[in-house]
Amino acid sequence: MPDLTPSGQSILRSARGSSHFLRETLGRYYATLCGDLIILLTVTMVAFITVKGLAAFTGPHPLSPLKFLFSSHWQPDADPGEGGPQFGTLAFILGSVSVSGLAVLLAAPLAVAASILISVIAPRAGENFFRPVLELFTGIPSVVYGWVGLSLLVPFIRNQFGGLGFSLLAGGLVLALMILPTITTLATDALQNLPDSLLEGSYALGATRWQTIHRILLPAARPRILIGVTLGMTRAFGEALAVQMVIGNSVRLPDSLLNPMSTITSVITMDMGNTVKGSAWNNALWSMSLLLLAITFGFIVIIKRLGPQDTKNGNHF
Amino acid sequence: MNPSSSPIATITDPIVEVRDLNLYYGTSQALRGISLDIPRKKVTALIGPSGCGKSTFIRCLNRMNDLIDHVRLEGEIKLDGQNIHDGSVDVIALRRRVGMVFQKWNPFPKSIYENVIYGLRVAGVKERTLLDETVEKSLRRAALWDEVKDRLHQSAMGMSGGQMQRLCIARAIAVAPEIILMDEPCSALDPRSTSRIEELIRELQGEYTIIIVTHNMQQAARVSDFTAYFYLGSLIEYGLTKRIFTTPRRKETEDYITGRFG
Repeated sequence: MPDLTPSGQSILRSARGSSHFLRETLGRYYATLCGDLIILLTVTMVAFITVKGLAAFTGPHPLSPLKFLFSSHWQPDADPGEGGPQFGTLAFILGSVSVSGLAVLLAAPLAVAASILISVIAPRAGENFFRPVLELFTGIPSVVYGWVGLSLLVPFIRNQFGGLGFSLLAGGLVLALMILPTITTLATDALQNLPDSLLEGSYALGATRWQTIHRILLPAARPRILIGVTLGMTRAFGEALAVQMVIGNSVRLPDSLLNPMSTITSVITMDMGNTVKGSAWNNALWSMSLLLLAITFGFIVIIKRLGPQDTKNGNHF
Repeated sequence: MNPSSSPIATITDPIVEVRDLNLYYGTSQALRGISLDIPRKKVTALIGPSGCGKSTFIRCLNRMNDLIDHVRLEGEIKLDGQNIHDGSVDVIALRRRVGMVFQKWNPFPKSIYENVIYGLRVAGVKERTLLDETVEKSLRRAALWDEVKDRLHQSAMGMSGGQMQRLCIARAIAVAPEIILMDEPCSALDPRSTSRIEELIRELQGEYTIIIVTHNMQQAARVSDFTAYFYLGSLIEYGLTKRIFTTPRRKETEDYITGRFG
């Protein structure tokens, strides 16, 4: 390649030329700017919610944080003569925990089973049919889930088990349906990312397909499947609209699958329009938002904890 | 002379008899009319350039190709006189008789102990003493016992590459197979680990039938009793390793082993 050398050099020289340099620099600054903007937005939002959320605990009539968290006495519009407004959110916290817990309990086993089907048992049908369907499901707006729940599930529960139909069970089922695609997608990725050599190694030792799945593949994919489950939990915890439509929204501790109750998110969406800015009630709603944010951070910490352990395992393959 | 006709005659009491084996991936043919007999309790090396079908061939012997879509097989493979594709043959049982060690070590993300007894576990063995004994015996056999005996219950993922590959050999030995297939077991190992594995292969011969695929001609010469040279999906020459490396009968074989090609 004798005559490539001079022209090759000139190409290199022009690459370092001013227009390329400018583009390089501009590109870098643009990316940095966008990145910084995202960080700024997040920090601003967290700061805003924190300030608003802590307002209820300060001021002339401060709310006791303990009462806020551990009392289930919620009467935001009670007159001072009746003992004043009460802002105990325990019923909603437990409501959120139980409805999203129920959703995960219902969805996770199904999702893992579906991911096994897609990734191991029927990979071709999985890629051509199940995956697109799952992606479709993730795209359905939550109001549609809520509406379907309201018009099918609530009457069904009412007819089958009695009661109002609006219930923890209805909320849990709707949420389970909503988070099923999330968990399934992540669990499928987890299984598909395992090296084929694990599968082959297991088969070569005389293992059946099922033995290979439950003794080798599932344990190896477990950290990443758990990330999927946690993400599903996070989504369930933060979902407001669909839950609010089917859960009944009555202030009570979750004592039965068939009783109506409320969640943190459903109370915020229900009440935010009825309250005056700066009022104690409004401040209490902000505090609940802060609580939601804190719980979501908690979930993210769990996911991060699961993450590194997974890459540690992954490096060995 | 038909290149594959002579080795069949020279081997008495073969453990594996392959006749007219053709294998197709979709429309492309990967193995062309392979016929050869594998001697019992000897080491047989399969050599040849990349893509010559040697790995595909050994994966036929424990039916690992069953896992791949669009693979079509013609011809006959007999293990101890029984066609391994017979409807009556249980592929699970076949794979217990024909173990396999892969090119890239693939220990399971479990403890060393659990790796070794995996084959027994999936076979339903539960007796603790038998499992313990098997672990020690297999690890000793794979020349790994002294290095790991104090950390049997630690993860196998913390071992060196050479140790992991010996663990995979121990794992294969643990189910007491008759045949051990080795698909380039040393190609990802450093020279020292390679020579340990080669030593191990020499120690195991006489007890197991070993079929090893290798790119390394010296390795084939060092460890094997018989050598088969594959090229473009065909078996070119097969015979005693000593004979193949000293007086190859075919020009192609000679070119390959002298390094003029491949």
